[in-house]
Amino acid sequence: MLKYIISRLLTFVPTFLGVTLISFAFIRVLPGDPIIVMAGERGLTDERYAELSAQFGFDRPIYAQFWDYFTGVLQGDLGQSFVTKRPVWDEFFTLFPATLELSICAMIFAVALGLPAGVIAAVHRGKFFDRALMSTALVGYSMPIFWWALLLIIVFSGNLQWTPVSGRIDLIYYFPDPTGFMLIDSLTSGQKGAFGSAVRHLVLPTIVLGTIPLAVIARQTRSAMLEVLGEDYIRTARAKGLSSGRINGIHALRNALIPVITVIGLSVGTLLAGAILTETIFSWPGIGKWMVDSIFRRDYPVVQGGLLLIAVMVMIVNLTVDMLYGVINPKIRKS
Amino acid sequence: MTEASATPPTGSAPARSGRLREFWYYFRENRGAVFGLWIFVAFALCAAFAPILSPYDPTEQFRQHILQPPAWQEGGSWAFPLGTDPLGRDMLSRLIEGARYSFFVGIVVVTFAASGGILVGLISGFAPKWLDMIIMRIMDIILAFPSLLLALVLVAILGPSLTNAMIAIGIVLQPHYVRLTRASVMSERKKDYVTAARVVGASRLRLMFVTVLPNCLAPIIVQAALSFSTAILDAAALGFLGMGAQPPTPEWGTMLAEAREFILRAWWVVTFPGLAILVTVLAINLMGDGLRDALDPKLKRS
Repeated sequence: MLKYIISRLLTFVPTFLGVTLISFAFIRVLPGDPIIVMAGERGLTDERYAELSAQFGFDRPIYAQFWDYFTGVLQGDLGQSFVTKRPVWDEFFTLFPATLELSICAMIFAVALGLPAGVIAAVHRGKFFDRALMSTALVGYSMPIFWWALLLIIVFSGNLQWTPVSGRIDLIYYFPDPTGFMLIDSLTSGQKGAFGSAVRHLVLPTIVLGTIPLAVIARQTRSAMLEVLGEDYIRTARAKGLSSGRINGIHALRNALIPVITVIGLSVGTLLAGAILTETIFSWPGIGKWMVDSIFRRDYPVVQGGLLLIAVMVMIVNLTVDMLYGVINPKIRKS
Repeated sequence: MTEASATPPTGSAPARSGRLREFWYYFRENRGAVFGLWIFVAFALCAAFAPILSPYDPTEQFRQHILQPPAWQEGGSWAFPLGTDPLGRDMLSRLIEGARYSFFVGIVVVTFAASGGILVGLISGFAPKWLDMIIMRIMDIILAFPSLLLALVLVAILGPSLTNAMIAIGIVLQPHYVRLTRASVMSERKKDYVTAARVVGASRLRLMFVTVLPNCLAPIIVQAALSFSTAILDAAALGFLGMGAQPPTPEWGTMLAEAREFILRAWWVVTFPGLAILVTVLAINLMGDGLRDALDPKLKRS
């Protein structure tokens, strides 16, 4: 087991190096000189250019620059935003809770609906429920979520006036945010109506972001359940006279969960990609919107740093899922 | 069935048509897949004959008919069956023309990603261990970035346009083909027919492309169908974010972006382009499911 963990950890190292190299190379292959871009319309004197060039280390050989960047990354130094002049690291972790809160809610939404849907479909295989649920799942899976978001806004914000269109909370509420999670902070602030407002802001983005994972989980649960339901031990359980609820809900689902957990873990990348669109549409102040805004503002250090942090985060989650999978399923460890 | 897969397909005509018939037999059983195929054919025809089918030029502006609702609503007319957009352009014509862009994106991206990915995957499967490891690590690195984010950043580097969006999406989709091809090559390589071919004296290139590759194609074809829809979705998403096709191009995602501010006033400018994306992607995914069931014997029972 230890050997398995170590071998998985070792593959992390070259991937991490490569990801760092790509995000480093990014700022150098951009059209135009970053210093000129930073100066903007005002322009620069040659002196000032040389000074800035020395300040950012652009006058040094490329491998030395990469070494500086790499050691900086290891110490959590990702440079400063051109626009706000704040360290990229700080900006990322100020905004990250917003994305995390949204992603967690979306995942809860997806699992809470997707898992039962998959189980029901598998149990009613080939019948009406199966067909209806799986057709719906396929529609969800094919959904352009940016359009889905607009439709929901038309119906729930436009026609029914139930939910707000953007942001995390109504502007009339103001309180400190020790955790960064609006749901928790609004509760602890003790302000009347703040929590309700936070929930109303969260509903539509959660549905939008959770739709594709929901469809994927439902489909995966169904096929995993079908596989398990054909096994001998299920027949034994049935022969023993156990109720079908107990067989499906406990005996079968427990083993069917293994591939489903992997899918859940691996959809972190999908969630982050979805967060880019969802946050942009709902003006949700998280990582996705921050990245898009920075790309449009040509705020290169932010794009570079954000890209790296997001990639590392996806890698860590994938690695954890891999290892957990090894713990749950001994067959994997051996290969 | 066992006979067909046991004979290495050296390209003899009867074997091939038999396989095709077998494939069609399984594919036809899945009604959803056949339905998807028909929609896809309609979509392809729209793309091919867009200039003949569309009633107006997609960029022509009818200034007296700005934001006219669809024909069946009050204030609509059959002159513009699906209404007009904020600049008075005919929605129907733009949607038909948009099919061209989406179809084109799908074809180009899949061709680019699949041919590159298959080649690299084949090399990786036959290469010495060190080279294989380097290639797979590079693929891991690309896969570590969420695809849309990587595509977005690539487009930011290359400059926003439909061509660059296609290149970016192609690069992002490539690793899936590499992994898939390599995995099938690895399992095929150990089989007796490959050893036999090697003993007879087939060169390495012949082994790779003629002996092994045709037997690895089934999962790749399924992947191609699925990435066709991914390509259309991602291109539309990039267009929606302003990083894909640029206005006035009637690309569906770009149309949505242009229509965003009118969502509460004119539902049709938002609804139809998205519906077009959804129906197309859904049809391709239905087809993909059918292809998988028909081509992959392991999944045939479910």
